[in-house]
Amino acid sequence: MLDTAIIKRLEDIVGCGNVLTKKADLVTYSYDATADMPSQLPDVVVMPATSAAVQKIVMLAKEKNLTIYPRGAGTNLSGGTIPLKKGIVLSFQKMDKILEVDQENLTATVQAGVIIQALNDAVAPYGLIYPPDPGTVTTATMGGSVSECAGGLRGLKYGVTKHYIMGMEVVLASGEIFRFGGKTVKNVTAYDFASLFVGSEGTLGIITEIIAKLIPPPKFRKAMLASFKRIEDAGNTVTGIIKAYVIPATLEIMDKMTIQTVENYAKVGLPTDAEAVLLIEVDGGAQQLVDSEAEAVLKVIKENNGEVKIAQSDAERDQLWAARRAALPALAQLSPTTVLEDATVPRNRITEMLVAVQKIAEKYQLKIGTFGHAGDGNLHPTILADARNKEEMERVHQAVDEIFVAALKLGGTLSGEHGIGMAKMKYLKSELGESGLNLMRRVKEALDPDYMLNPAKMVPVRGS
Amino acid sequence: MKTTPYDKLENIQDALAKCMKCGNCMAVCPVYLTEKEEGAYARGKLSIAEAILKGELDLKDEDVHEKLFNCLVCTSCMQNCPCGVDVSKIMLSLRAALVRETGLHPIKKIIFGALKNQPLFDKAMKAGAAFQWMGLRKLPGNAGYEPRFTMGLSIKRIFPGLAATPFRDQAPELIKAENRKMKVSFFTGCAFNYIFPDVAWDVVDVLKENDVEIAIPKEQQCCGIAVFAHGDLESARELARQNIDVMEKTGADYIVTACGSCGESWQHGFSELLSEDPLYGPKAEYWKSRTYDISTFLTKVIEYKNPEGFVEATVTYHDPCHLKKVMKVFTEPRTILNAIPGVTLKEMAKPDACCGSGGSYTITHLETSMAITGRKMDDIRKTGADGVITGCPGCMMQLSEGLANSGQDHVATHYISLLARSYREARKSKTEEIKHAA
Ligand SMILES: Cc1cc2nc3c(=O)[nH]c(=O)nc-3n(C[C@H](O)[C@H](O)[C@H](O)COP(=O)(O)OP(=O)(O)OC[C@H]3O[C@@H](n4cnc5c(N)ncnc54)[C@H](O)[C@@H]3O)c2cc1C
Ligand code: SF4
Ligand code: SF4
Ligand code: SF4
Repeated sequence: MLDTAIIKRLEDIVGCGNVLTKKADLVTYSYDATADMPSQLPDVVVMPATSAAVQKIVMLAKEKNLTIYPRGAGTNLSGGTIPLKKGIVLSFQKMDKILEVDQENLTATVQAGVIIQALNDAVAPYGLIYPPDPGTVTTATMGGSVSECAGGLRGLKYGVTKHYIMGMEVVLASGEIFRFGGKTVKNVTAYDFASLFVGSEGTLGIITEIIAKLIPPPKFRKAMLASFKRIEDAGNTVTGIIKAYVIPATLEIMDKMTIQTVENYAKVGLPTDAEAVLLIEVDGGAQQLVDSEAEAVLKVIKENNGEVKIAQSDAERDQLWAARRAALPALAQLSPTTVLEDATVPRNRITEMLVAVQKIAEKYQLKIGTFGHAGDGNLHPTILADARNKEEMERVHQAVDEIFVAALKLGGTLSGEHGIGMAKMKYLKSELGESGLNLMRRVKEALDPDYMLNPAKMVPVRGS
Repeated sequence: MKTTPYDKLENIQDALAKCMKCGNCMAVCPVYLTEKEEGAYARGKLSIAEAILKGELDLKDEDVHEKLFNCLVCTSCMQNCPCGVDVSKIMLSLRAALVRETGLHPIKKIIFGALKNQPLFDKAMKAGAAFQWMGLRKLPGNAGYEPRFTMGLSIKRIFPGLAATPFRDQAPELIKAENRKMKVSFFTGCAFNYIFPDVAWDVVDVLKENDVEIAIPKEQQCCGIAVFAHGDLESARELARQNIDVMEKTGADYIVTACGSCGESWQHGFSELLSEDPLYGPKAEYWKSRTYDISTFLTKVIEYKNPEGFVEATVTYHDPCHLKKVMKVFTEPRTILNAIPGVTLKEMAKPDACCGSGGSYTITHLETSMAITGRKMDDIRKTGADGVITGCPGCMMQLSEGLANSGQDHVATHYISLLARSYREARKSKTEEIKHAA
């Protein structure tokens, strides 16, 4: 329990309705969407509505030596918002104003707590979209998704969060407010601060405002589902499509385990005898262009022995997408605990990675369904288990370790989009080496010397 | 020894373990969308439940009570949950455990706490919203009514909005049909009986028009969803058994309801409550598959008579939570509305977003409840429709109140009333034709 004088000062800053100290409330901020993580109650939850309030909270925390855990919607999958060292959870859920939509510069300026979908709803009347669309578009905040550099289903063609961030307002650990970037398409003034703060997982500064880039949506699109009897054929199709110089908006894969589970759960007409299916969508500004790209894709599929179903209407398209969207829910139904991994490899190694995961599943006698953004080389091996079964969880941990080893061996990376947080911190050294860890520490300490912001995430606290 | 989770809290473990904390439920929870706090929606509430089971939070803690009752049990979260977590079962089990441990005391406290606020008290009571969750019971003779939650409230102060004569006192117990197709039993529920007898008559009218024989047993009781929702299992079970007995006696083929909560009780609640009752369990199962919302009955069980009478109206349709999300009835009312000549249906954004009523919720959490209703009113206004149609009396009350508060000068109407009107119009023009010809 914090000193009541501190609570009083927090209440003075944000109003008493926006400071939570009851245990029943604190429990609800002790976890995030990450499976198999320890949880911890914060001392207090504070819900500011303005940058000025955030600044005052940081000053107070600094003065009183309190840690701050910035938190959006708490949907991250790396333990990023768990308040391991107690202190303040700084929730952005009430700081959710869309400050401006600029139709001429194609930008939107939002507070950090704005939900991604809310931004899309607000810009839709202008005929614009904000493309990054993680599976959590309707819940995740802009601040959280910027901090994780979230991806989504159309990353291959449209990029991920970092490609859409033009500027920010950040409250630094020092208590200073820092704005950088803006509405200009170009900006090379000083360091590229957007690159520093995007994906920083709340460890370098607190994001209060974001200037995001908007685009007009593609007018035409064509979706298809290709099924394959051999994983290699699916993998070769992925690389073949790119080699044919077609960049689909969506190029998603599901393995056999996932296909069967989805079909069982949603009865969407997936071929249950297939080893893998690809959901492919090409889009563009002209029908002809889309048609010719679709042709090229079809050719590659055929060359690789795939069978294809093309969506002939919006309803059919929705059905194909529903199959892909059902992947996680369907798998999650099978067991109480769903460990969602995020290993990513260069896209031409995707077959090898899929096979490696299947071998690991066999070795540890685990159910693992794999689906993901094949075009990005970003797979989500999803391990189905029961956290109450200690022996099984031991096997899960070993399998996860091996999945990362496999990904790194193939020239890949620990995480494509879910971040490091506390879940993957221990693997960092194997990807970045000692020098990388040292650099991370120096960057962290340059911005946050006292480890006040999201401590024990990404960078181990010095001395621990 | 009863082992349902309602009777034994530990047995919600498996249901709880299914939650993967993804937060998807946040996007649709009406309480969360208003309050923007983690404890407001399912994920937070489930984590509180976990903490209770682990002994980290005390079920007797008043802050915990507040969380357990800050929920409309609207099941919106369950529609968005990838893991199929039965949030409603978990919430009701927690409330039942609370009542087991402490008696009805905390609930009274929460409700009285709200009712101490006099303007609120008057408003809630005038709107009739109060008794929907109390579940009225008629006293013998002309002594009036009393709520099933006997909390020492002075009843005369409470119910100014009641109908002079309840529907079941107006209606005969059996309405025969000349070319009888089949026989149904009309389970009226309290709201139609005490507040909207006119709508109940519309139900009767429509069934008659379709040659259906109707039993309206006088001894039928409140469905008990309200007492169930407040954790009073014993009363809920007693009501369920009584209702089953009463309905059984009518010899009807089907039970027809026109209230989402009543239909839900027959389709789900009773069989859940009585699952371990050797005598009534199977009976509940039997009626479960023989209870239909009137819209389903008309469009799917019988081939209802095409409405031919002209009713000029541009309307929008609000999906009652329990009708759509539990009974899965949402196309049928629209089918009926679209079949009526002259009726134009303009969909609002998010027609199935909760209206904010939630029975007692609108009283215990007035501010949040009215904010939820307010969002609904904006969506309604944007359609430009001049009437709001719905399928549940609870929603009718809440929506009508919201419409009045937001300066929209119409009331919410049950879809069955529009159908009844169309049938009446058709009959009228037919008689006129005959007169004309003669
Ligand atoms: C079912 C499911 C599907 C998902 N699908 C995808 C997907 O397809 N692609 C993908 O990339 N991710 C996905 N995710 C992960 C997650 O949704 C994203 O990481 C999301 O962007 C997190 O947003 P949030 O608002 O919940 O952030 P939070 O979880 O609250 O926070 C994430 C991190 O950001 C920090 N943070 C939050 N707000 C601020 C701020 N204002 N300033 C500084 N730091 C801050 C936190 O400290 C934390 O480290 C999925 C998660 C789930 C549960
Ligand atoms: S039942 Fe309704 S009010 Fe309760 S948590 Fe679920 S969505 Fe929210
Ligand atoms: S949507 Fe379901 S699984 Fe996800 S947090 Fe809510 S209740 Fe849990
Ligand atoms: S659920 Fe039906 S019977 Fe029970 S109080 Fe509501 S309207 Fe009355």
